[in-house]
Order: sequence, then structure tokens, then C-alpha cells
Amino acid sequence: MTILTVDGLTKTFDMHVLGDTQVVGLDGVSFDVREGEFLAIVGESGSGKSSLLKCLYRTYDPTGGRVVYHDGDRDIDLASCGDRTVMTLRGDAIGYTSQFLDEIPRVPAVDVVARPLVEQGTPTEEARERARELLDALHVPEELWAAYPATFSGGERQRVNLAQALAPKPDLLLLDEPTSALDPETRQAAINLLESYLGAETTVVGVFHNTDVVQTVADRVVVLDDGSLEGIISVNEYDGSLPGVESDSDAPVPKPNGGTN
Amino acid sequence: MTLLTASGIQTIYGSGCSECLNTTGDLAGTNQCPHCGSVVACADADLSVKSGEVLGIVGESGSGKSSLAETLALEHDPEAMTAGEVAYAGYDGNLLDIDYQTRHALRTGDIAFVHQHIRDGLDLDFTGGGNVAEKLLSAGWRSYEDVRERVRELFDATEIPLARMDDPTRTYSGGMQRRVQIARALATDPELVVLDEPTTGLDVSVQARVLDMFRRVQREEDVAAVVVSHDLGVVRLLADRTLVMRHGRIIESGLTDRIMEDPHHEYTQTLINSVI
Repeated sequence: MTILTVDGLTKTFDMHVLGDTQVVGLDGVSFDVREGEFLAIVGESGSGKSSLLKCLYRTYDPTGGRVVYHDGDRDIDLASCGDRTVMTLRGDAIGYTSQFLDEIPRVPAVDVVARPLVEQGTPTEEARERARELLDALHVPEELWAAYPATFSGGERQRVNLAQALAPKPDLLLLDEPTSALDPETRQAAINLLESYLGAETTVVGVFHNTDVVQTVADRVVVLDDGSLEGIISVNEYDGSLPGVESDSDAPVPKPNGGTN
Repeated sequence: MTLLTASGIQTIYGSGCSECLNTTGDLAGTNQCPHCGSVVACADADLSVKSGEVLGIVGESGSGKSSLAETLALEHDPEAMTAGEVAYAGYDGNLLDIDYQTRHALRTGDIAFVHQHIRDGLDLDFTGGGNVAEKLLSAGWRSYEDVRERVRELFDATEIPLARMDDPTRTYSGGMQRRVQIARALATDPELVVLDEPTTGLDVSVQARVLDMFRRVQREEDVAAVVVSHDLGVVRLLADRTLVMRHGRIIESGLTDRIMEDPHHEYTQTLINSVI
């Protein structure tokens, strides 16, 4: 079963502040996402990984192509459907998180994590209990649960962020580098949680900086290069040597992708 | 369910002429008609609000966002020429043409307005509790005990100390006065609240408290809201969808995160890039 059909997805940015320069983010990307799978997206910096996720979530308006979400008997083109359809899907079916926690002033960590559950109708205490379990699984110290994340370290904040993203178990979860600031030990806790908490009913499309995360959790790997699809491979064929993954020391200089190609 | 639909909303200050609409707006780069000198505060504005939804309106001073919000809340300035159509669920016809009694019913039961200037919304010589009670009395509440109980509930929800309930509102801090305004707005369980610059005059920590309180109550009560602000942070925190206004026109609209991260219009791009 296919949950998402990405077909010829294109995104160009018209940068008026830069003298109307056109920047190509994605150039005709096509692939399918299977229901229940864990699909990793890799590619060098600037290859369009985040742009792809943002187009799927409609934080970016796709310029062309289709993103068909197969929801039971309904097919919804996320690239062209109305804003209110997107709002409804975001409420219960599709989740997204970036690597940064979206701060809400004066809300304690446990309530930040519980909030999406409460908004879906879970009783507050039950939601908090689930939130505490998630924070504990990610090794967030108990004394921080009632504190405001604004004062947390980068890694602590990122774990609150990941817990919040996982909590509601959406049908389709889009993760953009949710483990980028974690040390190896907490990264392993995150991997364990991704594997144990999310069941087959959640499909994940995720960008991960670290090879070990991709190799442990992913089923298939989408490789992007300069806004185009380089290929889709099984995780067994993925050796981590692709550009952009664990390539801090020998990162190639990102290609300028301005102009109209 | 769609609560409110507005189409072709137009507010003009001045005598107006046949050239006003052609000579103002985004492309003209001004909201003042060069022929007659009238100011087109707002024109060609279309929007709708569904139950429980929060719509943000952003733009710089003079962009027309308050004029539009006042019209939506049926508080349009009698000094200005207002045209267009506002339809509201459960009411027939154009709300801009309704009689006094229907307007009173709408404004006490369905659409609440939180004024930008606290003095326009509250009587500072009244007690804080009195300001909230007055809204209930005008909606037909008669039992003293019921009114006291409802006011207590609202003070609790909006985080105003109950001990201050019977003090004159002028002795309250700015943040507390703003919360009294919000308590008053929510008193009769309206379906829609229009807030004009809800953080004006508050310092940052108080802004955060007021916004978070409003966000919580808005979600708990599932009340729809129109939030006008020049502060993108306020709209980012509260609004599902956002309209961007300039020179009296809506120049861009969309999901709030889309507006913030993928702004299309040249002005919106400048605005987003100007956040300090």
C-alpha cells in the first residue's frame, strides 16, 4: 500500500529581496512512500532535503507537481488542496517537526509534549502521563519536566521537541534532523524510542544527519542531489558514504543552484 | 462551520471619488487618492473565519488592518464610509446594514471585540469585576449571584487575582487591564473574538502571559478569533492562517507557517526579513 505519491515535485523561490533571483529548491522529484515504512532522505547540504519535507507539510507552497496523500478511499493532493484541508490533516493525520523546538512561552516541558495529545482529545492527565514516559525514554532528567524549555540546553530542547513530535503517533510523521544536537548516548535512546514507540501504523519520512540513525531505523533511503532525485535504495545498500551524511570533514562545497537550470 | 464571511470590505475616510480605488493600493504604493485626497484605509478585502479557527492580520501601521478588524466586529467608524458585505452564521443579510437590536444581540452574544486602546474597551473608574459584570448585565443576566460566580470564573480563567475584583480598574497594571478586557470579551461565550493589537503597551514578559492565557482559553473554549498585530511573533503564536495587508489591501494570505517560511509577495519577504 502506498500512503504518499510524490510526482514531479518542483519548488522554486522567487527572491524579490535579491533582485528577483529565482532559486530552485526541488526540480521534479518523484517517489512513493509505502504505508508503515521508515523512509530516510539523505543528500549533501543544500540538496533539498528540508525543502522536500516542508513541501510535503505545505510549509512551502510547491511550485509544480503533485503530492498525493492516500487516506483510505480519499486521495488528497497536498500540493494543491486548500489551506483548511491542510489544517485538518495536520490536526490528526500528518505531523512535522524540525530540529528546533517551537517555543511556547511559559509552558512546562511536560505540557509541551502533552499538548498535541490534548488537542486531539486525550484527557490532560493521561496525556501528561504519556509525555512523562516519552521524556523519560529520551533521558530528559525528571527535575526538568515541570520547567520551561526556554532555559534548557540545545540537546534537552531537541529531546522535548522529538517527544512532542512522536507523542500523537500521526499516520505520517515528517522529521527534519530531530537528532542533530544529541550526543551518541541520547541518540541511541532516540533510536530505541523511534523503533519501540511508533508501530506499523505510523509512516515516517525523515532527514537524519547521522549514518547510524539511518542504518538502524530506515527501510529505504531517498538520495537527493542538487534538488533532484539521485535514487531510492534499500537501507542494506546504504553504506553511509553518500555526501552530506557524516561528512563534516570532507563536505563538498555546496553547489550554487540559482538560475533556472 | 463557517462563522463569518466578509467580501469587498471597504473603508474610506474623506469624500471619496471615482478614482479612489484605482489610484490606491499595493501597486499604487499609497492609500491616499491623489484626486480627492481621501484615504482608502481598506478595500477589496475578502475573508472567512470558521469555528475555532484563528486568523491573523499583519501589516505595518496604516496598512488598514485595524479598519478591517473593526468592520468585522461591527465597530466600524461612523466617520468613515464603509461598504461591502459581512455575513454571519445564523443571521440573515448583510451585517453592515442591520438594525440596532440585531447588532446588540450579535455584539453581546456572538462577536466580541478587544480594543487596541484599553480606555476604549473599559471604564477605568469601574471595578475590574464591574467591567466584566456590565457585559453580562447587558446580555440580560439578572441574578447577582450568577453574575458574581461567572465573573469569578472568568478572573480565574484569565489569571487575574480574585482579591482585586472589587478594586477600580485604573489601579490595575497594564497586563491586568488587558486580561480584564479579554475576560469581558469572553464573558458571554462568544463564538468569535476580534483582538486589535492585544499586546500593545505590555512589556515582553506580560505579553507572553497574556498571549499564552488567550491561546489556552481560545482552545479550551474552541472560540474563533481574528488577531490583528504588527508583531509577527504574536500572529505566529496564535494564528492558523494569516493575511498580510499593505496600503489598505490584502496582498497575501495563507497558512501562518507558509507565510513566515515561504513568503511570496515582495513586501511579505521584506517584512519577514525585518524581524529583529
